[in-house]
Amino acid sequence: MKKYYYWFILIALIIVLILLPKPLIVSPTVSTTLTVLLGLALVVVLVLTLRGHMIGRRTVFLFIGMSLTLPFFMNFQMPIKVSPEVQTLFDAMAKLPSGSKVLAAFDYDPPSAPELQPQAEAFMAYAFKHDLKVIIMGLWPQGPQQANMAIAKVLQQPGIRAKNLRYGVDYVNLGFQSGNEFVIQRMGTSFSGMFPRDIYNTDYDKIPLLNGVENFSNIDFVFNLSAGYPGTVEWVQIAVDRYGVKVGAGNTAVQAPSVYPYLSSHKLTGLAGGMSGAAEFEQATKEIGKANTYILSQSFSHMVVIAFIIIGNAALFVSYRKSKQKGA
Amino acid sequence: MDSALIGTWLAALLTLGIMSFIYKDNLYYKVCEAIFIGISAGYWFITYFWDSLYRKAWVGIVHQGDYILLGGVILGAMMLTRLFGKIGWIARWPLAFIVGATAGLKMMVYFTTNAMAQVHGTVNDMMAAFSGGDLYDLIGRLVILIGTVTGLIYFYFSKEHKGVFGGVAKVGTWFLMITFGASFGYTVMSRMSLLLGRIDFLLTDWLKLVK
Repeated sequence: MKKYYYWFILIALIIVLILLPKPLIVSPTVSTTLTVLLGLALVVVLVLTLRGHMIGRRTVFLFIGMSLTLPFFMNFQMPIKVSPEVQTLFDAMAKLPSGSKVLAAFDYDPPSAPELQPQAEAFMAYAFKHDLKVIIMGLWPQGPQQANMAIAKVLQQPGIRAKNLRYGVDYVNLGFQSGNEFVIQRMGTSFSGMFPRDIYNTDYDKIPLLNGVENFSNIDFVFNLSAGYPGTVEWVQIAVDRYGVKVGAGNTAVQAPSVYPYLSSHKLTGLAGGMSGAAEFEQATKEIGKANTYILSQSFSHMVVIAFIIIGNAALFVSYRKSKQKGA
Repeated sequence: MDSALIGTWLAALLTLGIMSFIYKDNLYYKVCEAIFIGISAGYWFITYFWDSLYRKAWVGIVHQGDYILLGGVILGAMMLTRLFGKIGWIARWPLAFIVGATAGLKMMVYFTTNAMAQVHGTVNDMMAAFSGGDLYDLIGRLVILIGTVTGLIYFYFSKEHKGVFGGVAKVGTWFLMITFGASFGYTVMSRMSLLLGRIDFLLTDWLKLVK
């Protein structure tokens, strides 16, 4: 019976959560109390560690889980300052006149969606509201599907729905193309060579938006959402360096450090990196979405990680002192 | 019952199954892991089958008469000879083609974008900061310059890291450690985002506790 004890707890917890009133948002006072309690619990863990009671890894997981989950129910608004690299990205988009053709390269898949999907939705909403013509493609198989999800979501906004945007005229999805950076290379001379049909099997020549779009010289801006290879690095190396296109990017946090050098060498026109970049991008475009909700959870979890780095170091010193005493 | 609802419940139960590994390895986790790996492998196979073999090769050659694609098909078939012991050496030819083509493309782009452009950017911005930039910008550019030079010196192994040279290399080590620390920080941020996505799914789409 003891073997199944935790499973009973889990099932009971799920039932309680299902029965709770919805949506569950606590007041700012309760939010502050919860935050203080979380902080106090961490202090208790630190004190216990200093007294030689080492905590297990599951306690760390529990704290991380709580720090990520609790903010969803809190009524806090985090102040977000737009960084220069995101501002540059937004400025480049803001300079585009109505009717400009923007190539949106969706080079990511569902695992990276928490960081990149909010950027995709903010970008799409901004582009549609400002009458930019969006040409979608993907070097990752699931990228164009992520694009379709973003479009479906932003088309629900009354302001965008009222515009009666038409597929093939205001936006088009060319789908996925295998070949990694060689696809970008070939697109430098011929888009239709790489994408003879769109995602719905319509011939390239029969899509009104693509009339006159032969290669990168007919594109005003490239917005790349990237989670790795092939992605922003390849877009900069080939599309920017070889064909002189302006490329702005939204990256996962894990990839952002490798892309920053391109920003300082002015090869990349702006960068929104990770969840913080996504939240800043939403702020800059005034398309507030999921990233602004997520950033509070992420900030909480970062505080917990920092606290555990301190606790871990305290544990190291305690064990070091103990072994020294034993040695003496 | 609504198919979307079944899908949401299935996804939620699979998510919980994967998360159960946090407690300890168990059968529920193993089943979810096997389903994930199986579906991923199947998805990739089907994607590449329809995209590369059907849409590109079959449609291209049979329906559009683009016979140059036959070269790719033959090279692809040669790759499979690796599975047959004695003629496995044939697979080296397409591999050599891939390595050659990739190296040819990458060599130039890396040299221009990752080497020349970076040197140009570092020096040029440094000069611009000296001639008219603010103090904050100048300090930032100086840090980049010192970091670049000392980092390169650290990787210069033809001279022993002793004396002034060793000291400079040590500074380079510090810059590298700070860089790795920043990368680690970003990686933590990314991994938290992955978990955040799943928690959001559980709370919003499944339990509907938040909007």
